[in-house]
Amino acid sequence: MPVPRCSGPCGGVRPAALRRPRTGGAVCRSCFCNAFEAEVLSTLQTGRLLPPGAVVAVGASGGKDSTVLAHVLRALDARHGLALDLHLVAVDEGIGGYRDAALAAVRRQAGRWRLPLTVVAYADLFGGWTMDEVARRAAQEPGRARACCTFCGVLRRRALEEGAQRVGATHIVTGHNADDMAETVLMNFLRGDSGRLARGGTLGSPGEGGALPRCRPLQFASQKEIVLYAHFQELDYFSEECVYAPEAFRGHVRDLLKALEAARPSVVLDLVHSAERLALAPAARPPPPGACTRCGALSSRSLCQACALLDGLNRGRPRLAIGKGRKGLGEEGEKQSCTSKDSSGGPSRAGAIQAF
Amino acid sequence: MAAPVSVQVEFGGGAELLFDGVKKHQVTLPGQEEPWDIRNLLIWIKKNLLKERPELFIQGDSVRPGILVLINDADWELQGELDYQLQDQDSILFISTLHGG
Repeated sequence: MPVPRCSGPCGGVRPAALRRPRTGGAVCRSCFCNAFEAEVLSTLQTGRLLPPGAVVAVGASGGKDSTVLAHVLRALDARHGLALDLHLVAVDEGIGGYRDAALAAVRRQAGRWRLPLTVVAYADLFGGWTMDEVARRAAQEPGRARACCTFCGVLRRRALEEGAQRVGATHIVTGHNADDMAETVLMNFLRGDSGRLARGGTLGSPGEGGALPRCRPLQFASQKEIVLYAHFQELDYFSEECVYAPEAFRGHVRDLLKALEAARPSVVLDLVHSAERLALAPAARPPPPGACTRCGALSSRSLCQACALLDGLNRGRPRLAIGKGRKGLGEEGEKQSCTSKDSSGGPSRAGAIQAF
Repeated sequence: MAAPVSVQVEFGGGAELLFDGVKKHQVTLPGQEEPWDIRNLLIWIKKNLLKERPELFIQGDSVRPGILVLINDADWELQGELDYQLQDQDSILFISTLHGG
């Protein structure tokens, strides 16, 4: 079967290199890369995500998404005069044999792109807890899944915030893509987590309670296009799976979504769109956020998720802060911040934490 | 009887981890009655190259969803996917999208 000609702006001068999942259009490598970059620029401009002069902390893992994000932001900044001050911020979770190799990839990128790099480690930020130590402790509770990604997701979010504050950032960007967003929407549905569904769908958080504004410029880019963009641009990225990932619920959701995508290529973006348009009853909306009584971070409870997890770990009961109950935590103001829905222990609590 | 074909098979994006970490393989597929297509190639890869956990690479008679296939650096979706007939000196690249991020 001969390769069709490009249907993009080059007018068919070149043969097509891929079929785009959203449109089904067959485009060449050059038209695709231009369109991909233009779409990220459009996401930034439509949402007014990064104003001129922004000091931007790019959450860098060495993986494909953050590698493409940093590369595209750098290219757009140079080409369109966005006046961005880009910093790479990497988190060292303390996962032996995995994170070390990933951090080496981030260091190579920082050198090649001449971008400043800051690494923040769980062990330094969280009283000596590394992810390996958390996993070991979580495994001591018999008969329960370790939920490593749940811990790690909450702690990494906090660590990235800390690293960004250290470099004087005004904004945080992460490499979450459309597939990640669709997986999260589906996970929230499957867990009955209406609170998170109500909050999802936006391009990021505006930055309340002292937290920096966050956004996801690749939110509308599919996994396939990100990987092909990296391939066509010959980007060097790290592609091993975290040792704890196979245990995560997200993996099942990803397999389901990939199977659906084979039958309907636009399913990922359709699902993201569904979440955006979803109207939830007022009772399903989360309570207005306040501040964590321990660290001051934005929280809808008296202890934020990160402090609650660390509190559970330090008491030798790591699962206190996940699952159905947070009873026994040092949450003096708990009653006050509880809505009647929360205290019923219904499904909205079960999924109080997201896996990233 | 179709003549033997010589092709380059390459794995990336983490898929190489299922092949002892080796990315590039120059292989010669023996002559057979039917012409070689991607469907046959996958069976050959499973038998001759795949080192571990075949379910992470092959599902049913195709690749696991989430693994991209490029034939001569162009998306296999444009070229008949499993039915593409291999030509001598073709390059077939399998890239996993399922790792890391």
